Amino acid sequence: MLEIKNISKTFNPGTVTEKKAINNLNLKINDGDFITVIGGNGAGKSTMLNLIAGVFPPDGGRILLDGKDITLLPEYKRAAYIGRVFQDPLMGTAADMEIGENLAFAARRGKRRTLKWGIGKDEQEQFKTSLATLGLGLEERMSNKVGLLSGGQRQALTLLMASLQKPELLLLDEHTAALDPLTAKKVLDLTEEIVSKDNLTTLMITHNMKDAIRIGNRLIMMNNGQIIFDVCGEEKAKLTVEDLHRKFKENAGEEFADDRAVLV
Amino acid sequence: MSILFSLEGAIGQGILWGIMALGVYITFRLLDFADLTVDGSFATGGAVAAVMVMAGVNPYLAVLVAMLTGFAAGAVTGFFNTVCKIPPILAGILSQIGLYSINLMIMGQSNIPMLNMSNMFSDLAEKIPALGWITPQNLSVICIGTLFVVATIALLYWFFGTELGSAIRATGNNQNMVRANGVSTNWTTIAALMLSNGLIALSGGLVAQQQGYADVKMGIGAIVMALASIVIGETIFGRKGGFARRLISIVVGSIIYRIIVSIVLQLGLDPNNLKLFTALLVAAALSIPVVLESRAQKANYKRLTEAVESVEDKF
Repeated sequence: MLEIKNISKTFNPGTVTEKKAINNLNLKINDGDFITVIGGNGAGKSTMLNLIAGVFPPDGGRILLDGKDITLLPEYKRAAYIGRVFQDPLMGTAADMEIGENLAFAARRGKRRTLKWGIGKDEQEQFKTSLATLGLGLEERMSNKVGLLSGGQRQALTLLMASLQKPELLLLDEHTAALDPLTAKKVLDLTEEIVSKDNLTTLMITHNMKDAIRIGNRLIMMNNGQIIFDVCGEEKAKLTVEDLHRKFKENAGEEFADDRAVLV
Repeated sequence: MSILFSLEGAIGQGILWGIMALGVYITFRLLDFADLTVDGSFATGGAVAAVMVMAGVNPYLAVLVAMLTGFAAGAVTGFFNTVCKIPPILAGILSQIGLYSINLMIMGQSNIPMLNMSNMFSDLAEKIPALGWITPQNLSVICIGTLFVVATIALLYWFFGTELGSAIRATGNNQNMVRANGVSTNWTTIAALMLSNGLIALSGGLVAQQQGYADVKMGIGAIVMALASIVIGETIFGRKGGFARRLISIVVGSIIYRIIVSIVLQLGLDPNNLKLFTALLVAAALSIPVVLESRAQKANYKRLTEAVESVEDKF
């Protein structure tokens, strides 16, 4: 269980570009939750994910994972518990390394790197089986450099890498936003498959309201660095896109503004 | 005959300096870190080895200790960059400048001649005969140098296949991904800089013994010579192929560089102009592939466009 208590984060404090990205935010994520996150431009969605991942420290507040305070734990140490897929397909993989090497690197997430060989013999077969589940034919290209793959393939690979070593929390930061619609759908289907197979606790930012309603068991809406709407279970399943717009207007006092949002 | 005579000397030098180029390759290509510690740490290796040999220490032990001091130099640059957040180039320059004074402290003077002391090369030269026109002195440099180079390449090949080595390669690619997978990029950066400067100092220790003296200025321009070796190797062998092939290509590049240098010196180039020559050589080697590619692209465009237009004209 992840608990976020009174977290705040201001960028460039004391300058003209000062931006209060997260404003006294509280959130409790239960084990097995699959939460979709929506919100307008600058709502603080990515900042929240980055704070959870430890990319930068908060100005104040606490982040507790299973009761353990991880607020000031460096990013690389937190990675033992957290799997991540980024918006930029280039960010999750090492381009000059082979597909197999990338998987082997991710399979050791949170473990000490020793002078043992980087990829075990039995791992090769195991990775082939895992790659085959993606249905992209990558299992035949284990020794290809990742730089040769398309954005969608890299994103699918990153997703697999994030789940090889079962994470306590999976963070998906608009991981389909940079893909064409067909590939985005494929990666999203894979996401649902992987999350439900391992029953992963997941936080997924999306710009597609329909997806946000359809996928997962809980939905949160953010605005101005705060959560303005949090809904789960039956109630969430019954939502419509119009409901979300109305909710936003009610709680934020303005129209939903997001130049990338898929509004229908 | 006189050109041939200089060639095998150049080969021996190329092998010894090749170890330095291998060290630079680790930071320059694998870690993507333009490390300028090189000029300092190379001289540090030479200084330490010279002082120890003069004190009567076993010459092999001397280069080993030289390598350890190189580790320390790399660790300092790594500390500057990761903990103090100083940009790579500046971090390297700070170490390089600081090392200049440290090297003087180690040596106690700016130059240590080792003329009458036995070292690893003279020891071996006494025991082996000449091979054809190759003197025992030159032969011993080639033999010992090859031994060290083969050991270094084998070690690097193994190391960069391990979990830690993979983490360093990944750091050169994508630091973000490395941290997301639970590895401290501070640690991998420091480890790579240590390994790199260790090899550079080892090379400095070997070169000092081979040339019979250590000088506080012996490292000046070492980074450019290393880059010359790397780009000459890449121009000849290409940037493709397995890791072992890449490493070997660098040593071959280093040997070819030394041969080129010895030829132009024999042809009458003033040794004072050697650094300018090297700089131009590296600039040329780096720019020629770019020029060739853009020419090929233009030729291709012309060919395809004319082909299309010639078809259109018929209608």
